[in-house]
Amino acid sequence: MAAEKQKTLLAIVLRRLARNSFALWGGAAVLGLFAVAVLAPLVAPYDPSVVDTNVILEAPSAHHWLGTDELGRDVLSRMVYGARISLMVGFVSIGIATLIGVIVGALSGYYGGWVDELMMRFVDIMLTFPTFFLILAVIAILEPDIMNVMIVIGITGWMGVARLVRAEFLSLKQRDFVVAARAIGQSDAKIIFKHILPNAMAPVLVSATLGVAGAILTESALSFLGIGVQPPTPSWGSILTEGKNYIEFAWWLSLFPGLAILITVLGYNLLGEALRDALDIRLN
Amino acid sequence: MAPVMIGITIITFAVIHLAPGEPVDRMTDLNPKISAQAKQKMREMYHLDEPLPVQYFLWFKRFAALDFGTSFSADNRPVLDKIMERLPITVFINVASLFIIFALSIPLGVLSAVRPHSFFDKATTLFVFLGFSTPGFWLSLLLMILFGVQLGWLPISGIRSIDFEEFTAWGKFVDYARHLVLPVLLSSLTSLAFLSRVTRQSMLEVVRQDYVTTARAKGCTETTVVFRHALRNALLPIVTIIGLSVPSLIGGSVIFETIFSIPGMGQLFYESVMSRDYPLVMGILVIGSALTLIGNLLADVSYAVADPRIRYE
Repeated sequence: MAAEKQKTLLAIVLRRLARNSFALWGGAAVLGLFAVAVLAPLVAPYDPSVVDTNVILEAPSAHHWLGTDELGRDVLSRMVYGARISLMVGFVSIGIATLIGVIVGALSGYYGGWVDELMMRFVDIMLTFPTFFLILAVIAILEPDIMNVMIVIGITGWMGVARLVRAEFLSLKQRDFVVAARAIGQSDAKIIFKHILPNAMAPVLVSATLGVAGAILTESALSFLGIGVQPPTPSWGSILTEGKNYIEFAWWLSLFPGLAILITVLGYNLLGEALRDALDIRLN
Repeated sequence: MAPVMIGITIITFAVIHLAPGEPVDRMTDLNPKISAQAKQKMREMYHLDEPLPVQYFLWFKRFAALDFGTSFSADNRPVLDKIMERLPITVFINVASLFIIFALSIPLGVLSAVRPHSFFDKATTLFVFLGFSTPGFWLSLLLMILFGVQLGWLPISGIRSIDFEEFTAWGKFVDYARHLVLPVLLSSLTSLAFLSRVTRQSMLEVVRQDYVTTARAKGCTETTVVFRHALRNALLPIVTIIGLSVPSLIGGSVIFETIFSIPGMGQLFYESVMSRDYPLVMGILVIGSALTLIGNLLADVSYAVADPRIRYE
């Protein structure tokens, strides 16, 4: 019975997504990026780190579709590998943020009282920091490498999820199925994770999808400032930094990585908005 | 407010103790520019021989008296002075951005909500999605090249020209404006797009309410209905979002001030992070959060202005 109902809900959501052209465009961008990142060694025409002094700063051509950089490396290949970084940063950092947010929000909403008071105060304080300042300060103390970047984006980005999950828990814990679960003597952990949480996941999914977009933007900005992913690892932000010195005569170094960020972030934003509509039961 | 401010100092204090071992070793190892003298100063300043709670308490006492210590950089100046001389320009850019966000996003959102699915609504939606998906630093680069280099219309760095002192008062104003127009517009973009969306959604919910129908039924003009009856009620979520966008605006000043070489707090923060000037990093972290708190306070006050039902005791 439960499985059948879940299937129909999923079918409704998928049908709604398929009817939404935003969702299709967003989904295509996201899937496309996914494919490129996974298949990078097959897709990239060149080795992204091979230096070729014969083709320094060459404009886009049949050999190098998106041109070459100041070391003669193929820009397209570097961008293809850069897609891996963006994808990884997006998923790992939002994974961390969602995990923290769900735990804090669930405990806060379920237990209420001083637990709630304490945790929500902490959320308020975290929200008062200009996030980008906090990220920069932490990176300044730790080493600027990709692992730290992902962790820091994660631990500075969970507050929205915590508030969402808390709100869901506050309304769900009054419902009959929770009262029933408690009546048959189930443990708090079981009620929180098996009964309430699955019902609270829809807004989390939306916020995570939009969060991936934000994380990709943050990583690219950090790498652009030179405190994110360190060279020679290709990231879209770092290709832009290297390219900005040559922007007046090598426009391709600055144009294409930025477009890649724009399309990817746009894809996640469109998909997230479409998911929000598709998961909204009121619209049925 | 006070508990939040104390929380901010605790987190800031925690950040500097993130690194394993004694903070001083880590900081000085990574930065050969820090002399043994600075190391000693650092140890005294943070009372590193004491237990952690005592360290925090002593540090907080100095912070409360606005004694942020002196910078590690060669000039050795008090952190507070360095921040204060950089603060006005950052505050100015952020206030100007907020003004633009407010002045543009509300009409955009209202007009798209009044005629949903019209051409204007679709164009606005497109702008909105592009607006919050575009990396600001990248767009800055492109516009700098377009307006600064290709067309030569605008200066691309700093806040005033070299011959600034020779200008008349009006000339000085124009000079500032020409330097700041791109940074201000670019730093507004994300929040502008986001807020237009929020305004549209908020308006769409409000125009379905009975009192809007009533206003129409009693013969109010469409302008009165939209701006006096509907918008007033749609303002609350908008004010909330403006309050929430303050931290990201201030955070964004690091990016835009660095790109446009604007001598503000954001650029100072970037420099202090790059040179691991810890007293300065901590000082700016706390001042930046205090600015956000002020922003939130103003948002709370605007609640009461927007909605007479809300009154603070």
